[in-house]
Amino acid sequence: MSTTEDVVTQPGDAVEPGRPVTVHRYTAAARVNHWITAVSLVLLALSGLALFHPSLFFLTNLFGGGQTTRAIHPWIGVVLFFSFSLLFIRFWRANLWRREDTQWSKQITDVIGGHEERLPELGKYNAGQKLVFWSMTLLILTLIITGLAMWDQYFGEYLAIEPKRIAALIHALCAFTIICVWIVHVYAAIWVKGTFSAMTSGKVTGGWAWRHHRKWLRKLAQHPTR
Amino acid sequence: MAYVTPHTASANPPTKGPAAVGDMNEGDLIRRSATSNLPAPTRQLEPVAKLIDVSKCIGCKACQSACIEWNDTKPGVEHNVGVYENPHDLTPDMYTLMRFSEWINPETDNLEWLIRKDGCMHCADPGCLKACPAPGAIVQYSNGIVDFVHENCIGCGYCVKGCPFNIPRISKDEHKAHKCTLCSDRVAVGQGPACAKACPTHAIMFGTKEDMKKHAAGRIADLKARGYSNAGLYDPQGVGGTHVMYVLHHNDKPNIYSNLPADPKISPIVNVWKGATKVVGLAAIGLAAAAGVLHGIFGNPNRVHEEEEAQAEQLVDRGVH
Repeated sequence: MSTTEDVVTQPGDAVEPGRPVTVHRYTAAARVNHWITAVSLVLLALSGLALFHPSLFFLTNLFGGGQTTRAIHPWIGVVLFFSFSLLFIRFWRANLWRREDTQWSKQITDVIGGHEERLPELGKYNAGQKLVFWSMTLLILTLIITGLAMWDQYFGEYLAIEPKRIAALIHALCAFTIICVWIVHVYAAIWVKGTFSAMTSGKVTGGWAWRHHRKWLRKLAQHPTR
Repeated sequence: MAYVTPHTASANPPTKGPAAVGDMNEGDLIRRSATSNLPAPTRQLEPVAKLIDVSKCIGCKACQSACIEWNDTKPGVEHNVGVYENPHDLTPDMYTLMRFSEWINPETDNLEWLIRKDGCMHCADPGCLKACPAPGAIVQYSNGIVDFVHENCIGCGYCVKGCPFNIPRISKDEHKAHKCTLCSDRVAVGQGPACAKACPTHAIMFGTKEDMKKHAAGRIADLKARGYSNAGLYDPQGVGGTHVMYVLHHNDKPNIYSNLPADPKISPIVNVWKGATKVVGLAAIGLAAAAGVLHGIFGNPNRVHEEEEAQAEQLVDRGVH
């Protein structure tokens, strides 16, 4: 059995005895924070793709036309940036890389094949989740910086045309990458049954925590609440 | 010496233009921004060009006044900061601008006052149109005119990034891109651009591109005979040639004319942004989605088993007791 001393838990994380055991994974505040970020990201992807590829320009209709799409996209970006910043403050410690994450990554075929019993015991997040977290962090940071560089309405005078061209290219590349990361994130939540409730009710079952995040469960089990 | 009379500007303009120049319409489009299925043009219009003979320009700004009057724009009144340019730069309300530079010719030690009428060059390969994401906001006619269609413009400023000459300007109030239209509305009814009509020295001429090149050849021969051995025509091939051309007395050094680029072309960054990135980006998204679907179909859902629930219950019970 591995030690639970170094396992990071977050405020609100708790187990509740019962049949089955209930594990509190996300507080209401964390969930609201997550869903504001999620909705912003989806709206940004739709409005951004509309302005990126002519075949997707019809998506501007969702936002009331090309002019309003152009005007609203950066503002949604600002919402996402601040919303994600709060998520970052909540989650960064639990997403620091651990030795077992390296082992987990080496056994990625067991992960994809669903042979969880062969994998090391994990804390609150696995390496895949951590990679999603840090990718999102880096990409959102790059997207907001390059996005501000392209926001001519307010910042048009501060940059020459050449840096704006570079910003536009990097912004597009990061946008495609973040959409791919988002697909991985959403698919994992669908594939790993019992995950979705963590972000709706905030709770998962004890079995889910035992199967996927056993070290985290062991740590919480030391101080169960009723 | 082949000296061809220009079609406009030297006389009252004709009401019928050169054959097949006038009467431009949708069927004459050869490019339309963000549109891949543009029907082939119904005919080929005679390519037109504006020729600006820098050596004949006296810097009177009549072209600017005529441009303001014809396009009914109202550039704001600015402060005199001690330079001849007025306004200070191209603006959403000033489509053409006389740019003044003082240059000491190292060979003669003479001060030369170089005046260049700046504005849209109407590139054969327009970077603005390539960068534009809004279908039909920028169009190119088979006579070479590149025009902005304001109803379709979304004000994103991508055309500014696409342009190798730093020409388009976005209005802050209505969020639309503006630039010289080559007076497409005048050309369509067989007239020349307003600036050409107003120019008192015929430094600005307008006609078929072929005629303008012939006329330029005559002017260049004249300049060379007067000691400007590097006189030449500025019709940069890096953008496929332009439908606004300059006769320059120092064609070997376009930069001395207020930073006229020596070899303009669409930025490679813009080419990657609007080329490979589109394909690679959408392909990456498609692959990620396909991988998810395939794994979903052929892999088993990752389910929690009964015994795992039991294990958790035991663990928690141990902690409680």
